[in-house]
Amino acid sequence: MLHTKSVAEMARDLKARKVSSEELTRAFLERIQRFNPRLNAFITVLKEQALQEARSADLEIAAGRGGPLTGVPMVHKDIFCTQGVKTSCGSKMLDNFVAPYDATVVERMKRAGMILLGKANMDEFAMGSSNETSFYGPVKNPWDETRVPGGSSGGSAALVAARLAPAATATDTGGSIRQPAALTGTTGIKPTYGRVSRYGIVAFASSLDQAGIITYTAEDAAMILRVMAGYDERDSTSVDCPVPDYVAELGRSMQGLRIGVPKEFFDKGLDPKVAEAVRAAIKVYEKLGAVVKDVSLPNFMLSVPTYYVVAPAECSSNLARFDGVRYGYRCKDPVDLTDLYMRSRGEGFGAEVKRRIMTGTYVLSAGYYDAYYLKAQKTRSLIRQDFIEAFKSVDLILGPTTPTPAFKLGEKTDDPVTMYLNDIYANGVNLAGLPGISIPAGFVDGLPVGLQLIGNYFDESRLLAASHQYQKETDWHTRLPKGYEA
Amino acid sequence: MEWETVIGLEVHTQLLTKSKLFSGASTEFGALPNSQACLVDLAYPGVLPVMNREAARMAVKFGLAVSATVAPHSVFARKNYFYPDLPKGYQISQYELPVVAKGHLDIELEDGTVKRIGITRAHLEEDAGKSLHEGFGNQTAVDLNRAGTPLLEIVSEPDMRSAKEAVTYLKKLHSLVTYLEICDGNMQEGSFRCDANVSVRRKGEAKFGTRAELKNINSFRFVEKAINYEVARQIELIEGGGKVVQETRLYDSDKDETRSMRAKEEANDYRYFPDPDLLPLDISPELIAEVKATLPELPDAKKQRFMSEYGIPAYDAGLLTAGRDLADFYEAVVKESKVEGKLAANWVMGDFSAALNKDDKSIAASPVSATLLAGMLKRIHDNTISGKIAKEVFEAMWAGEGDADAIIDKKGLKQITDTGAIEKVIDEVMAANPGQLAEYRSGKDKLFAFFVGQVMKATKGKGNPAQVNELLLKKLKN
Repeated sequence: MLHTKSVAEMARDLKARKVSSEELTRAFLERIQRFNPRLNAFITVLKEQALQEARSADLEIAAGRGGPLTGVPMVHKDIFCTQGVKTSCGSKMLDNFVAPYDATVVERMKRAGMILLGKANMDEFAMGSSNETSFYGPVKNPWDETRVPGGSSGGSAALVAARLAPAATATDTGGSIRQPAALTGTTGIKPTYGRVSRYGIVAFASSLDQAGIITYTAEDAAMILRVMAGYDERDSTSVDCPVPDYVAELGRSMQGLRIGVPKEFFDKGLDPKVAEAVRAAIKVYEKLGAVVKDVSLPNFMLSVPTYYVVAPAECSSNLARFDGVRYGYRCKDPVDLTDLYMRSRGEGFGAEVKRRIMTGTYVLSAGYYDAYYLKAQKTRSLIRQDFIEAFKSVDLILGPTTPTPAFKLGEKTDDPVTMYLNDIYANGVNLAGLPGISIPAGFVDGLPVGLQLIGNYFDESRLLAASHQYQKETDWHTRLPKGYEA
Repeated sequence: MEWETVIGLEVHTQLLTKSKLFSGASTEFGALPNSQACLVDLAYPGVLPVMNREAARMAVKFGLAVSATVAPHSVFARKNYFYPDLPKGYQISQYELPVVAKGHLDIELEDGTVKRIGITRAHLEEDAGKSLHEGFGNQTAVDLNRAGTPLLEIVSEPDMRSAKEAVTYLKKLHSLVTYLEICDGNMQEGSFRCDANVSVRRKGEAKFGTRAELKNINSFRFVEKAINYEVARQIELIEGGGKVVQETRLYDSDKDETRSMRAKEEANDYRYFPDPDLLPLDISPELIAEVKATLPELPDAKKQRFMSEYGIPAYDAGLLTAGRDLADFYEAVVKESKVEGKLAANWVMGDFSAALNKDDKSIAASPVSATLLAGMLKRIHDNTISGKIAKEVFEAMWAGEGDADAIIDKKGLKQITDTGAIEKVIDEVMAANPGQLAEYRSGKDKLFAFFVGQVMKATKGKGNPAQVNELLLKKLKN
């Protein structure tokens, strides 16, 4: 049962020559072939390329040159530029786009010897919480195929949950790693803003976007994040601060760890059964010796409205480059420049992307800038300040990742605001630039529930250690959805 | 009705960095279309800008040179609009917090008075590419080599009151940025471009009139012509009962007129906001001190020094220091020749500059180096040749015939300074022209020039003019 192993286990087996990278890669490619038609989690599968990479990884390992991750298969969200491989960002706009270069994250994982199995489906330009905005159709949740896997990294989360790969990269602008991880029972970490280079990631909202990883376990996330993270001179917003050995720090004791629980998270919007699962998780931490106390984030309710000004504003500008002139979709037979712009963008972008571009254009326009954009910058700083204040008395903040488990496909597509509220506990973390992780913490009616831990700036070590310790006490993360076990 | 003109200038100077403002691509002019546009310049998905620190240094240099405030913390903003030669769909510029603010430049007016022109701000921004509308049928071609080239946009206060003042300011600014070596000043290639905001008001009125922004004026001459045309147009319009509308107007140098390009209502809403891909530009006091220490001597200071050190008049000093190359050349000539400053100034501003102009050559490409010219001036100074003969020597040097000594030697141009020899020639001339001699002696002083001419002719111009004069006077009297 190769697919049930964690990255850490695979790495050990590869090193001990118990399994070859080619065997592993084949096993996952077979699973992809078998299960992906049900899930639609992939936009591109790179069968030949992956096998070739696996064979050279095996040679490296045989020569004793392999690193800790050499030969381990993985998947990139289709927002990461991969040289010579289609990089669609889930959009018709980039359906014909083959990236001419590798994103920094892609480059680093390649250098670490990891095998790229393919590119994961996602909400169009990472805008969505259900993976229903993808040009390539919705991704299904393996726990219940009538339900969404969350978004925007829905493909990455679903394929890891179904064990079609042991790890998949993802990006998180307002919850796009943590929310799908919660809805699919996987582990998903969004590092501190600036921890991982954004170079080569198709930009959605530059001041919020951050890349991370979805895995089965926190230990796997620690191994891979160590490779992904670090300063990159090509990204001015990446931070030049040393990357700790996350794996070595996983064993940190929870004794005396101060965990804050924001009372605002346990409001009427939260499904009582989800709340129950979170309270059970608190008990686990208390058993481990942590001190749990209430904290307050008084401006928490401002995070969704603030987010839906800041993110659209930035996206309206970031997506201006998709104009049909140099690459990507171009309308047929434009009669003049205006026609070229209007039809290329009108036909190339989907409804949710257009909605956000229009919202963003509006909040930046003359006469509205102060009332919306500038005000949102002010509320953003209040939200950040709340977290800074809370971290004066606690080491971690704990709460639910989402208010409910996975919802039905089509359930929220007609009501964007209800959809947006699924990220109510996630948005603020991006606005503050803090690291956050979602780990499996039980089930409600057969659907996974996510526990969110929020750390202080650049304190991914503690987040991962706390997640790892929890996973040693629980087995939620080892469960497989029915029908995907073998 | 008396009218007053009000002018403010916006000057785009292309900074002399090797690479672009936010990418590593080369900024060299004249390469094959799109050969100097990297993925960042082409705005590929996922690429990010990285600030070129050299451009920031240059902005600081300029700020210090115009006694401005250099912001310790300035912000890059996105100016959003769609155009095919703007690949990102926005231009990275500076909006609310520019790197340089509140400076000034002093200009000298025709009557000799000095006027201070305020510099509101100078900010860093990237240039767009070029759209080529001709030669591609009904299509437009785009060359993105220029996209991302660093510009420093220098905005003046509306302090100028005539086209002449505007040109004087512009020339002064041009000289300054080339002195600072932050811009090559090439107006033909567009490295130094000017937009003019022009309005008129009735004399004595406090409020400014409605302004028009003139674009596409790419020479000093056109700046003057465009402004004068526009001023006349506005006055005529108002006097005819019309109203000036705020608009952008394009100057057409072929027709010598300005044409409406777009009215204010059609103007874009640029939706400026701080660029989240870039950190604020922080300039430390250490960097400012470091740049200050490397600041070259500026035109005004150099002019003063030339006047006092080389004893030349203000007019000469002004001309010689207008460009750094010319000033350096002049100074090298004086230092090497050790002749009086005025003699060197006359030659540098006169025959030398004229020859450069005639052959359309830069100082760097001049066939006559400072050393060559200094060598010739020494020979004038020590009376080996006269100023008149020197012109012949200079032409030969320009033609590449060697240094002054070699030419004097080869052509036998050495001045005759032997008193005996000159007296002998004078005697011969007097003997050959008894009639003129008699007339002169009977009081017709004007004939003196005739005798000088005859003597110089007989010596083939080589007689030392001072000696010839002196000896002739003496001999003719007797």
